[in-house]
Amino acid sequence: MYTEKVMDHFTNPRNVGEIENAKGIGEIGNAKCGDIMRIYLDVEDNIIKDIKFKTFGCGAAIATSSVTTEMVKGKTIEEALKLTNKAVAEELGGLPPAKMHCSNLAADALHKAIEDYMNKNAL
Amino acid sequence: MRKVYLDHSATTPVRSEVAQVVTEYYTNIFGNPSSVHSFGREARKGIENAREQVANLINGKPEEIIFTSGGTEADNMAIIGSALANKNKGKHIITTAIEHHAVLDSCKYLEKEGFKVTYLPVDSEGMIDLETLKANITEETILITIMHVNNEVGTILPIKEVGAIAKERGILFHVDAVQSYGKLPIDVNEMNIDMLSASGHKIYGVKGVGCLYLRRGVKLHPIMFGGAQERKRRPGTENVPGIVGFGLASELAGQEMEMENQRLTVLRDKLITGILENIPCTQLNGHRTQRLPGNVNISFEFIEGESLLLMLDLKGIAASSGSACTSGSLDPSHVLMAMGLCHEIAHGSLRLTLGRDNTEEDIDYVLEVLPEIVERLRAMSPLYNNRDKHRNHREECSICTLRK
Ligand SMILES: Cc1ncc(COP(=O)(O)O)c(C=O)c1O
Ligand code: FES
Repeated sequence: MYTEKVMDHFTNPRNVGEIENAKGIGEIGNAKCGDIMRIYLDVEDNIIKDIKFKTFGCGAAIATSSVTTEMVKGKTIEEALKLTNKAVAEELGGLPPAKMHCSNLAADALHKAIEDYMNKNAL
Repeated sequence: MRKVYLDHSATTPVRSEVAQVVTEYYTNIFGNPSSVHSFGREARKGIENAREQVANLINGKPEEIIFTSGGTEADNMAIIGSALANKNKGKHIITTAIEHHAVLDSCKYLEKEGFKVTYLPVDSEGMIDLETLKANITEETILITIMHVNNEVGTILPIKEVGAIAKERGILFHVDAVQSYGKLPIDVNEMNIDMLSASGHKIYGVKGVGCLYLRRGVKLHPIMFGGAQERKRRPGTENVPGIVGFGLASELAGQEMEMENQRLTVLRDKLITGILENIPCTQLNGHRTQRLPGNVNISFEFIEGESLLLMLDLKGIAASSGSACTSGSLDPSHVLMAMGLCHEIAHGSLRLTLGRDNTEEDIDYVLEVLPEIVERLRAMSPLYNNRDKHRNHREECSICTLRK
């Protein structure tokens, strides 16, 4: 059902946890199945220095959270804003059709965290 | 790695005695039971013997057994067939909110055809209320269809009491016994059952075979058309190997029922107690005592069922869940929701169903690996940290989703 890459991120998720005094926090609840994802950002000189996540959801939700953090760590805010759900799913080697909505969760939570950062810093 | 199969309510392995006789009927005794020659007669003998074995287990008569392709077909035949045959007497059916989809979707079909269906609510343990049942019976009621054991939470429903009510009011009574047949004593006469569905693959028989018990004199509108097999009630060349295997599996299940239930009850209770005592923020779903001997259904707060299943699978443990993420429909189990569970608690439900092949070592193994897995997933959960804050939220939401 899941690709090897999904299972790898599910069993060894990268960047799990929280950041104290995070510069931006984004939380998204999945309207479809009721899952929740939260992303914490540390930003310095417009670069995502650190990123952590916490997810309550299925295997796909955990794997997409994990791979999303990996994809944007060290990137600029502008680059991170360009990340799409499609890119996340592709990076994982694809997701089962019924699980595509889970990849929205991660990209949306990331964008929300960036928005929060921008608001806090009046950007 | 140790492999532990704890999904016996989904399906069971074919037991060796059954596999042997099934193979015999695939290879040597392969005739068409409708044929006149010796090959056909031999196959016919196998079917009629199986019919007796099945009838014996539920105290019916052999001629009241119709072999089908499984529980789903038996449910469809009984519900749609009896409703259509009796629509001149009335167009009201009573069932419960926690039935299997084979029953619920047959009822939905009838609603489209102009029937009215009452879905009885259940309490937090998955139990129906007999007074509510009585209160919902009208002059128009032609059929009551209620499951014996719920497939998700294992609650045993008061079938005998329902049968008495149905008989008194002169209403047909169908029981989906797919999860109880061969596991709990059933007497169609004592329980006043007119129709009963059973399935082979839940009792160590093969998949794709089952039966409908149809009390003599009960009329069914046919839903399949063709040959004269099964007294024209179920046309089509019989699945002889499957049927013969189903017969043997039924007889063996009857012989072993009492001993096996004692053994499974001990293992089940050890598993339930072990989880509830060693893992915080857990709750048992379903009835504590009126419960199938092999059923364990527990919710783990703050985590989601599918990720729990994946983690268990990596440790060789096979289980199932009522989580929205595993259902394919993105809604959590209709059974858990009908019991008034909060969305998130339904999300974190885990069903472990025990069977013949399970040992005490299996239970010990689960109790050894489960706490670590739950801890790992909780550490990842955004709901876990502010646990106390969340608690309040939960109470609120359980009030609002209660019997909605
Ligand atoms: C309560 C109940 N009814 C009906 C069925 C369907 O039986 P079958 O798989 O033989 O069609 C099942 C099987 O999951 C069941 O648990
Ligand atoms: S998070 Fe619920 S299906 Fe993926």
